[in-house]
Parts: sequence; structure tokens; C-alpha cells
Amino acid sequence: MTETISPLTAGSLAQRRPLRGLRSKTTLRPGLVLAVAVLAIVAAWAIVPHLFTPFDPIVGDGAVAQSAPSLAHPFGTDAIGRDLLSRVVYGTRASLQATVIAIAVAFVASTVIGLVAGFVGGWLDEVLMRIVDVLLAVPSLLVSLLLVTALGFGTTNVAIAVGVGSVAAFSRVLRSEVLRVRTAQYVEAAEGAGARWWDVLLRHVLPHAATPILGLVALEFGSAILAIASLNFLGYGAQPPAPEWGGLVADGRNYLATAWWITTIPGLVIVAVVISTNHISRAIGVRR
Amino acid sequence: MLRYISRRVVYAVFVVWAAYTVTFLLLYQLPSDPVSIMLGGAGGEVAANASAAQKAHLAHEYGFDKPAVVQYFVLLVRAFHGDFGQSVQSHVPVAQLIAEALPSTLAISSLGLLFALVIGVAIAVGANFTRNAFLRGLLFSLPPLTASFPTFWVGLVLLQVFSFRLGWFPAVGNGGFASVVLPALALAIPGAAAYAQVLGRGIEKTLREPFIDVVRAKGAQRARVHLGHALRNATIPALTLVGLTVGGIFAGAVVTETVFSRQGLGRLLQASVNTQDIPVVQMLVLVSAVAFAIVNLVVDLVYPLVDPRIARPAH
Repeated sequence: MTETISPLTAGSLAQRRPLRGLRSKTTLRPGLVLAVAVLAIVAAWAIVPHLFTPFDPIVGDGAVAQSAPSLAHPFGTDAIGRDLLSRVVYGTRASLQATVIAIAVAFVASTVIGLVAGFVGGWLDEVLMRIVDVLLAVPSLLVSLLLVTALGFGTTNVAIAVGVGSVAAFSRVLRSEVLRVRTAQYVEAAEGAGARWWDVLLRHVLPHAATPILGLVALEFGSAILAIASLNFLGYGAQPPAPEWGGLVADGRNYLATAWWITTIPGLVIVAVVISTNHISRAIGVRR
Repeated sequence: MLRYISRRVVYAVFVVWAAYTVTFLLLYQLPSDPVSIMLGGAGGEVAANASAAQKAHLAHEYGFDKPAVVQYFVLLVRAFHGDFGQSVQSHVPVAQLIAEALPSTLAISSLGLLFALVIGVAIAVGANFTRNAFLRGLLFSLPPLTASFPTFWVGLVLLQVFSFRLGWFPAVGNGGFASVVLPALALAIPGAAAYAQVLGRGIEKTLREPFIDVVRAKGAQRARVHLGHALRNATIPALTLVGLTVGGIFAGAVVTETVFSRQGLGRLLQASVNTQDIPVVQMLVLVSAVAFAIVNLVVDLVYPLVDPRIARPAH
């Protein structure tokens, strides 16, 4: 009986809301179009890097070492004459892959925690939230560093570490979302009509919590990129000569006085991507 | 009031103990082999060469040959007696390493916190006080924008502009007040952005409340309405945020001290993660939890001074 009423209301509302929100805002704000365009370009860099640059990202040309941005090298070249644009373009895949892994880890772990805590409630909720509180007392970067110490270096380990680092904050938001939906009338109606608890959970609670979660994922995307770049900057991620955004900024540290572009331009690329994802998450309509 | 204080103290102690437990679980109980890590580093190349006796000796010294529960309590009791173990890399006691690095980090983080508070409050008050629509928009949109900047990159750009272009501050080193300014500023920016955002929105909201109309009707000047009434009432959420971001300042020190090549707790942590020096990493993370607990305790004790309603029993 419940199944005939609820999927209709739950499903259609949850699916329509974000799309309609996006459409009305694109017509109003060109900023959102720009943000989507930035992400589209970066995604293309990750998928087909060779279409964007004729230069090799690993082998440099010593004759043009440390040359400032020009028509031939729009981002300039680094200390051993590698084209910085192609380093950035080829580094995109490593950075984005790590970001996706980090979000997947954070998302799966905190969905389980958030759903169980918010839905089962009682002492289990109490215990889980106290653990989350403690994890929040330790900054996520330090949690990530703990994991890097225990797991070892490398792109994948850094990605997992960043994911685990954001589980605490993420599951807190998920729990409050679940609690909000849980107390809604249609959920009480479903429970009152005798639906099994996992049916209520999967068919009613989850779809309604989906829109805010989508916005949260977009927001999380930005902070995951920043965290991964930080760990790579510290030297725990991709090992040279493999390019990665945070590592590229670190490469320029010794040439601050002579070649500003080696640190500044890859940093600007990171900033542009993070601003874009934050903008999109706001457009979906979520504030953390 | 006494009950309020004692409850906050108990909670602070609980946070530190729980943080200890979490770090223990992550560092010693993940499916990795701490002994090999200590002997050889990430790849474990050296570990293969280490003799079985060496391994057994190390395992015995750290108690890895005993069950996990026993290990946990042995380490906990030792930590309680002030024995935090010694660095696997340099064999210097961890407590000594931390004591040596602490002053430098305290210098940049306290100045950083001061910068963050001054900048944050200035932007929040300025954004609400100005009558210029453009300036208002700028001041309100600046803080969320800086949240998109990687901290290491901000530090490097500051270095480039103020050290290499303008030559105002030394580029590297631990010497003197001038060398503290730029790292403190780099540390302050994320905090300042967060405070400005929360405080700015808080003031904006408070200014729309009825009691502000009463204050205005009584003839109070605009500055008094903003600073004396709106700012004070918007302080509590911002104060909570200061407590929450203190750990973040320590995390920022890891990146900032690396950028500015300064010695300190952050640099020590970076180096210890590099050599997978487990005891040092654990204690440094614990230091951040202790700092978090202490600052939040202070914040909890300050609340009743700002808002006397808080310490009164509910109902």
C-alpha cells in the first residue's frame, strides 16, 4: 500500500527539484555557465590531454628553460624547460582521479554512518556521534597525515587518506539530513502504514536526502582537490617526474625570485576549479 | 556555575583521551606492519634486510608481541606518566622534540590568530557599516572566495610579492619578528575568512531585530548601534568558530612552516610523516587535540561572560 503512494511523491520531487533549480539559475547567472565551462575543460584535459598541447610533459627542452609565458608556451616553462601547460594538462588526470577516490571513500563511509545514526537513533546514534565529535577535534589534514603514515605514500593512499579525513564532517551533515527527512509526515505515514524499516530507508528517506547530498558532493569536490593538492605539495603523493597540480606548485618553490609563473599558474588553475565547484554547489542550493 | 565548569573540564579530558585512542587505532592497528615501517620506510626495502632478531627486539620494545588491548593500555599508562616514547629516527625522546619545536609554532600561530581576529572583525563590521553598495558587496563576497585558495599557494604568493618583489620581509628563517609576519598572515587568512563570514552574517541578522529599533529610537549613534549592540550580540557563534578553527591553525602550520622553511611543530610533523616516525606523528596529532580541548574549554568558560544566560540551568 505504501509503495503506491510514496515512490511517486518522494521520487518525483527529489528528481525535479535540483534540475529546475539549475535551469532557472543558468538563465539568470552567467557565472554558473562559466563554472560549468571550466569544469568541462578540465574534464577534457583529464580524458584527452594530448589534444590540448603538443609538448611532452616529462621530457623538457633545456634551451627554453625558465622562459616566461609566451604564445608558444602559454603557461611558460619550468626549470628544465618542460612546457608548464602540458604539465598542468597531463597532471589533471592524477588530480581528478584522486579526488574521485577521496569522495567515494568519504561518501560511502559517511552514508553508512549518517543513515545508521539518523535512522536507528538511540544509543547507537549517541556513540557514533561522539566518535565523529572526536574526529572533528583533529583537523582533517592531520587525520589524513595519520593515514599516510600508516598506509605509505602514493596517489591512491593520499586519496584514501583525504577521503577518511572528511568522513567526520560529511557524516554529521548526512545525519542531520536524514533526521530532517525522517520526521517528515510522509515517512511517518509510511511507518504508520506498516512498511518495513529498510523500505522506508531506501525508498523514502534516501531519495529525499539526495538533493542536499548532491550539493554537498559538489562542495566536497572543491575541498578534496585542495586537500589532495596540499598532500602532494608536501611530497606524499605522485612521485616525480609524474605531474600533479599540488606537486607542480611545489616544483616552483626554488624559483620564486626568478620564475613566478611556475608556482602561480598551476595554483590559479586549482583556484579556478575550486571556485567553479563551490559555485555549482551553491547553485544546487546547499550550505554546509 | 561550578557544575557547568566541571562538566566542560570532564569533556575536555574525554576529547584528549578519545583522540589518543583514535590515533592508536589508525597508526598501530591498521593492516600495516609498524615494525617494518619503523625499520624501513614506505617501501619496506630495508625491512627485508633487517634480521629477525632486530624485528623481535623492536616488536618487544614497543610491545607489538602482546595483544592489541595490552599494547594500548601500556602505551596509555606510559603517556600518562609523561613518557611519550622516543623518535624511531633520531632516538630523541618525543617530549623533547616537541618542547624544542613548540615556541616557534606558538609564535606564528598566536600572531596568526590575532591577525585572523582583527581582519575577520574588520571585514565583518566594515561590510555592515559601509553605505557604499560596491564596497559592501566586495567585503561580503571576499571571504567565501578565499576559501577556494590552497593555503600553500597563498603562502608562496605572499613570499613572492612581499619578500622577492618588495623586499619588506625576509624570505626564510626563524630570526626575529619580521620573519614571523608573513607566515602568520598566511596562517590567518582561512580563519579570517571564516570569522568574517559568520560574524558578518550574524551582525546583518541582528541589525534587523526589534531591539535595534529601540536602541536607534533612543538616539544612539550609528557606530554605537553597530559596535555596542549588533557586534556584541553576534559574537557567540563567531566565538564557537574560533574554538573550532584552532586545530585548523595547527594543521595550517604543517603547510606554512614548509612553505617558509621554518622550524616548528608543523615542520616536525611533515618530516616525521616523511620518515613514517610513528611515535612522533602520534604525539604531534595529540598535541593538536590537546590544543583544541584547551581552547574550547576557554571558549566555554568565556561564553557566560558574553551571554550570562548560558551558564544558568535550563528550564
